[in-house]
Amino acid sequence: MAYPTNLKYTKDHEWIRLEGDIGTVGITDFAQQQLGDVVYVELPEVGATLTAGQVFGSIESVKAVSELFAPVGGEVVEVNATLKDKPEAVNQQPLEAWMVKVKLSSPADAGALMDAGEYEALLAK
Amino acid sequence: MTDQASAPLKKTSLHASHVALGARMVPFGGWDMPVEYTGITAEHLAVRTAAGLFDVSHMGEVEIAGAGALEAVQHITSNDASKLQVGQIQYSGLTTPAGTFVDDLLVYRLGPSHYLLVINAGNIDKDVDWITARTTEAVPGVAVVNSSDRYALIAVQGPRAQDILQTLTAIDLAGIKYYWFAHGEVAGMRGTVSRTGYTGEDGFEVMVPAAMGPRVWDALAGAGKPFGLVPAGLGARDTLRLEASMRLYGNDIDEATTVLEADLGWIVGWNKPAFLGRDVLHEQKAAGVSKILAGFEVVDRAIARHGHAVLHEGKSVGVVTSGTQTPFLKKAIGMAYLPTALAAPGTELQIDIRGRQARAVVVPMPFYKREKTKK
Repeated sequence: MAYPTNLKYTKDHEWIRLEGDIGTVGITDFAQQQLGDVVYVELPEVGATLTAGQVFGSIESVKAVSELFAPVGGEVVEVNATLKDKPEAVNQQPLEAWMVKVKLSSPADAGALMDAGEYEALLAK
Repeated sequence: MTDQASAPLKKTSLHASHVALGARMVPFGGWDMPVEYTGITAEHLAVRTAAGLFDVSHMGEVEIAGAGALEAVQHITSNDASKLQVGQIQYSGLTTPAGTFVDDLLVYRLGPSHYLLVINAGNIDKDVDWITARTTEAVPGVAVVNSSDRYALIAVQGPRAQDILQTLTAIDLAGIKYYWFAHGEVAGMRGTVSRTGYTGEDGFEVMVPAAMGPRVWDALAGAGKPFGLVPAGLGARDTLRLEASMRLYGNDIDEATTVLEADLGWIVGWNKPAFLGRDVLHEQKAAGVSKILAGFEVVDRAIARHGHAVLHEGKSVGVVTSGTQTPFLKKAIGMAYLPTALAAPGTELQIDIRGRQARAVVVPMPFYKREKTKK
């Protein structure tokens, strides 16, 4: 499938939508396919500080646990509480099932992210 | 599983069928096996409500036959094989002198002096060496044959399993009781059909010559479609067996856990005069075990997994042997060895899940028990 060009991507298969200094983070369609049926998403609290490249939560499918890595550093300003009761949304609509919104501490972090073309090239390897 | 294969992965005769179905393949016990086709949840639910089709050809088969066969089987296994009639099957332990598990297995009595043992895929080499050496010490010269490569083993599991399989065989399936088998043709191929499985559901396992495997698989898949049968992988097999509290070798039982500690006293032939591990098991029975395998449910919203530490009042008391979020019960459940005093249902536990403590409570096993209907 084609990955939206208005998003940025990480090598750990997160996507981030940047709007001003706020980044909305989720996992990619490739990631949800690899995981299989998601049954639990563990997210940080609002106010938590994320560090780019560091673990900020975990996502569990029936068969495995996978860590979530922060695409950027900053403060968590919103958490998608609906995933608590509907974790399967991550499989059904990975681009809608965002996990956290982050206020970027250093907008320069975004420079290290991949665009859709680069991400697709990574998947093709 | 136990072996860390450095050799290339082995393939069952159904490998190409799995790939053609788009299965996600993973290494398991030295084999390249399907873990899921469409998704573990859907496959699990299909088995509970309709039927699932599993390739379990990776399981091993060892035959013990001829003069002294019963004596040999009695020596190496914990259960009392003398109770088996021809056509009957028994769950048993392949035990060490310490009463622990070399493996767990099914013992089929094929003929008056011909037994077939179905063993775990990852243990085939170890078991064959063990069985050969240990039977010889009891019955010199008894025939032990590793026939693992000769058979394809296909499981049809679920409430519609009998209806599906009956469309392909003249064997009267309703006449096969739980843990019995019959010989006959399935889809025109000669085979053995047993009422056994590893899902907690009614169902059958069909053993046919390996070369016939793909044809029987395709026939079952086709016949089952109108009944809601789907191919199901090892992922669903694991969540299904855990809901039914069936032990998994390498996780819940191994060479460090005795049959009684695994709470499987019902597979010990207490009246047998001798078998490997008998003395230890009798001593444990008399004195009581200090630890025992117990089931738990996670109360908090979290999933316990194999290897997580189990605490009671802040003190480490055990380790999770199996744990998952089960698709049918929709609960996080698991098993752990606990000090006997803490194994009573209702006991409060905490599970250390990546540094966070989740509340859990001991519950009776099995977690899931199918409603027995007409059979």
